[in-house]
Amino acid sequence: MDWEPKIVAFLCNWCSYAGADLAGVSRFQYPPNIRIIRVPCSGRVSANMILSALRSGADGVLVSGCHPGDCHYISGNLHARRRFSVLKNFLEFLGIEPGRLNFSWVSASEGEQFATVVREVTERVKALGPATRLVKRIEA
Amino acid sequence: MTVKHAELTQEIQRQAKELLASGEVAAFLGFSAGSLPMTTRPFVARTPQEAERLVWNSFCTVNLANYLPALLKSLEPPRSPKDPPPTGPLPKVGVLATGCWSRNIVVQIQENQVDRSRLVILGVPSRGMVDRKKVLAALQGKEVLEAQEDDHSLRLKGKWGETELSRWAVVRDNCQSCRHPNPVLFDRLLDAASERQAQAPFSQIEAIEAMSSDERWQWFQQAFASCIRCYACRNACPLCYCSTCFVDDNRPQWVGKALNAPDVLTFHILRAFHCAGRCTDCGACESVCPMGIKVRLLTQKLSKDILTLFGAEAGMDVSVPPPFTTYAPSDQNPFECDTCSSKGKKE
Repeated sequence: MDWEPKIVAFLCNWCSYAGADLAGVSRFQYPPNIRIIRVPCSGRVSANMILSALRSGADGVLVSGCHPGDCHYISGNLHARRRFSVLKNFLEFLGIEPGRLNFSWVSASEGEQFATVVREVTERVKALGPATRLVKRIEA
Repeated sequence: MTVKHAELTQEIQRQAKELLASGEVAAFLGFSAGSLPMTTRPFVARTPQEAERLVWNSFCTVNLANYLPALLKSLEPPRSPKDPPPTGPLPKVGVLATGCWSRNIVVQIQENQVDRSRLVILGVPSRGMVDRKKVLAALQGKEVLEAQEDDHSLRLKGKWGETELSRWAVVRDNCQSCRHPNPVLFDRLLDAASERQAQAPFSQIEAIEAMSSDERWQWFQQAFASCIRCYACRNACPLCYCSTCFVDDNRPQWVGKALNAPDVLTFHILRAFHCAGRCTDCGACESVCPMGIKVRLLTQKLSKDILTLFGAEAGMDVSVPPPFTTYAPSDQNPFECDTCSSKGKKE
């Protein structure tokens, strides 16, 4: 099958984005399925953005930020953690497949870790198949 | 009218008149009778004479906290944005508050939407409000021309004759599952505290959680399919005070404006999620829904999760920060995949 998932990745500027950069500089291979959106902090990512990605046809969403305690803004990722643990449960409650929405902590020094996370997320989303729920299609 | 509610109506009128006559409050926010049986409308009394129109019955389903920020603002002297804020005491407002409404007032105080010093809160322990839709369903669509309530029953009259229903059977779902019928914040309490306490407040949610993922998706789609996007649920909600709601945003357009299923569902997900950690389950959204959608189930699920994950309930105490404005190092970790938990930990 030719289908390859499209995964939107919201990466925090200070850790995960730098981690992705390091993965590239260090020539770690990871699947080219992710579309990175750089955000100032994982706390910047709102439910609106995640749902907007799903609605626009993303097969998966990855939100990645600094490890707890490492946030450039002291507590952005801890606030995000609260919000997303509730959001994840909520979307699963409404029947969005577990695995469409993924979260991880990746620091700036973890290039290899970033590649692993992306590989795993891609596999998980591939196993689920193309997203259909909450995807807005324009009928011809 | 029921004995209890007739007494409360008298007491509310008496206290509102006294507050207005003494000049302690400039306006009193309560309910007046609606134009149809089994309805009430929110009502602002500004003179002692107007206070005679105040009523209290089982059909006060709208959340009065919703009107407070705008009402308080309307009583401030007019000023342009560049003018300094008014000095000296500003006119006060008297307001009725049951358990859930008082918790909404607490949330509004925490979010700096209302000023506690400008409120005179008359607490009314709630006996549960009646769901008009349940009554109409029980009568199979027959038109009610007159409704009378007793303490434990409703007598409905129409062209078909008269029907008597048990009051508790037609009380709203959120009132049946209510655990906080008594006001948490008030200046005067008008009645003895209620002792009712729901045994299984989240039973409706647990029934849905027991379904499989596919079944839940089917349920979600079907339950919200009839939404006409009138935004009554949003407008009735005391938490929805943003000057520009996300549904009205154009750049970026978070959610399409047409009656497209994914847009409708996205609207409901986001509307509910914006109330997470703030919703007091007052049921106003569900009561005002013209299509009878059980919109409250979404916010109730969020309340349940927030209670289990963080042990927090919205609006119980002004000094306790709302759950999403704070954090604990021990919070549950959704940022946990197989690799991050094992290898990804930083030393």
